Amino acid sequence: MPEVLKAPLVVAFPFTRSLGPVQSAFLTGLRERVVLGVRTTDGRTLVPPVEYDPVTAEEIGELVEVAPTGTVTTWAWNPAPRRGQPLATPFAWVLVRLDGADTALLHALDAPGPHSVHTGMRVRVRWARERTGAITDIACFEPHEGGPGRPTGHSGAFGNPLTAIVTPARLDYTYTPGRAQSAYINALSERRTVGERCPSCHKVYVPPRGACPTCGLATAERVEVGPRGTVTTFCIVNIKAKNLDIEVPYVYAHIALDGADLALHARIGGIPYDQVRMGLRVEPVWTEDARYPDHYRPSGEPDADYETYRELL
Amino acid sequence: MTGEEAPTPRDVAVVAFAQTEHRRSTEESSEVEMLMPVLHEVLARTGLKAADIGFTCSGSSDYLAGRAFSFTLALDGVGAWPPISESHVEADGAWALYEAWTKLLTTDADTALVYSYGTSSSGSIRDVLTRQLDPYYLAPLWPDAVALAALQAQALVDAGDTDETALAAVGARSRADATANPHAQLTGNVPQGDYVVRPLRTGDCPPVSDGAAAVILAAGERARELCERPAWIRGIDHRIEAHALGVRDLTDSPSARLAAEHAGAFERPVDTAELHAPFSSQEVILRKALRLDGSVRVNPSGGALAANPVMAAGLIRIGEAAARIHSGESDRALAHATSGPCLQQNLVAVLEGDPR
Repeated sequence: MPEVLKAPLVVAFPFTRSLGPVQSAFLTGLRERVVLGVRTTDGRTLVPPVEYDPVTAEEIGELVEVAPTGTVTTWAWNPAPRRGQPLATPFAWVLVRLDGADTALLHALDAPGPHSVHTGMRVRVRWARERTGAITDIACFEPHEGGPGRPTGHSGAFGNPLTAIVTPARLDYTYTPGRAQSAYINALSERRTVGERCPSCHKVYVPPRGACPTCGLATAERVEVGPRGTVTTFCIVNIKAKNLDIEVPYVYAHIALDGADLALHARIGGIPYDQVRMGLRVEPVWTEDARYPDHYRPSGEPDADYETYRELL
Repeated sequence: MTGEEAPTPRDVAVVAFAQTEHRRSTEESSEVEMLMPVLHEVLARTGLKAADIGFTCSGSSDYLAGRAFSFTLALDGVGAWPPISESHVEADGAWALYEAWTKLLTTDADTALVYSYGTSSSGSIRDVLTRQLDPYYLAPLWPDAVALAALQAQALVDAGDTDETALAAVGARSRADATANPHAQLTGNVPQGDYVVRPLRTGDCPPVSDGAAAVILAAGERARELCERPAWIRGIDHRIEAHALGVRDLTDSPSARLAAEHAGAFERPVDTAELHAPFSSQEVILRKALRLDGSVRVNPSGGALAANPVMAAGLIRIGEAAARIHSGESDRALAHATSGPCLQQNLVAVLEGDPR
């Protein structure tokens, strides 16, 4: 087994976000192939629209339809599209000032190559075939010859406006627990528990994280602890967790492994829940192929004296 | 109002600075393992122990680590037991330093430890940074950090403020200067490379870096006890502008200019400027907004184009500027940090050494 571990870690989250009246109108509009802006206090039209005037901070909500055509105000050629971006083939990122708007919208431009794109070029919206009320209802922009396209004359009031959107996100990481935690995990694969001793206060931390939180020093000396330990404190769990096939009530306890100066937590089994007590001596129970003890059970030794674990509560 | 004059605020200085050797990956270490040597080094420079520090403030981001409350594990490295006075900003450490500076001004503490760190290698930093964008109109399109900087660079080229040759020269100068910086990741003659997102090439973009930095602040006489030539903070300010890129003039940085003005940067010339410009084009914008002419030494450390540990790169600019004052290479330096797409947020600090 390698000394330092690493593993893929995916963080994915579908955020549900509520929409204010202006965002709701804009995104519902996209679903209906209508592009709406909002009028500011000083008469400018913002696309995409916001609910508060960026200069005065006043609440604004006067919707104005703009054309689905516009002018590129700046661009950048993207030769290698990344996951989630609007087009899978090379494209230009563009800021587009739609005809009738005073500000620019960020999106993608489908064009054959960087030499066919320039600031000031005319473009039009290409609508997505299936639209849900999202910025991606604009599939992308495409080159457009000529003047402003025709607005639909929409008022901005829709029969069934969106009130929320779901924005899924996914990020891929490589998790690396570092030197100290790798050693801990590697030892567990041999059914051993290792901690690390602080060079200054000599406390043994389990699981080790590489630092003594009291002294702020690196903990370097590896120390094997356990396998037996003492229950320092416990609670009785009466509510069954989702997807957990452990019968309630059961006991969850802090266990000071022999030689450790910090208690781990684990489930206690092999004894009726109402007979678990402080000072109970326990030992780990491993199940086949497990990466950590399934639970701890009484070791059969006499209870530990309170004085031996009072500092570890 | 009583009409009485407010008491003169106390002087606060950067008295020590330390940083890691920034690298493409630190996968052999956890964050606290990467950070701890830097904390020990910065404390050793002042002779202070962790328990002597009056206030501790850190900057980092869970999105870099991919874990919630990731900063709490790093706290083990500062000795957080028995309990300490501590705070955290989910931002670059420059903003943590701002919080610590205000804490010292209130006289609640005489010394502060500020640290920050980031492991850009844990994920794909270009994708990770899209999650700081507006979630309604921008984030669903996944425009990565290079793409947004490239839009800004093209706007600059169109405005006639720069061209690709001038941008390449910024990168080349930064990496040439970085040869004198033992902590830098990219040094010397680095090829300009292909377009990442046109008009930005590899050489216009920062390296992907893991790293950490730490600074100690002290007030008044305490600063003189701890440092031979303290870098006095004469002013700090930070400003933000609209998030939507299409609302802003991308060729300018009014927020950096305003922050500099409020920090007192324009009252007298500075001799050195450490600018947090991860992209070559952003240095062009900042030089203009901060009125830095050819007489000012810009980014002698090599800047973020030589090492860009996200969340620490801004604090490092303040640390590098302070270190030049400590060593006597500078008398009055400007330090700048940025955050958000296309220089959306900017912090400016003005540092001075005692007159010689």
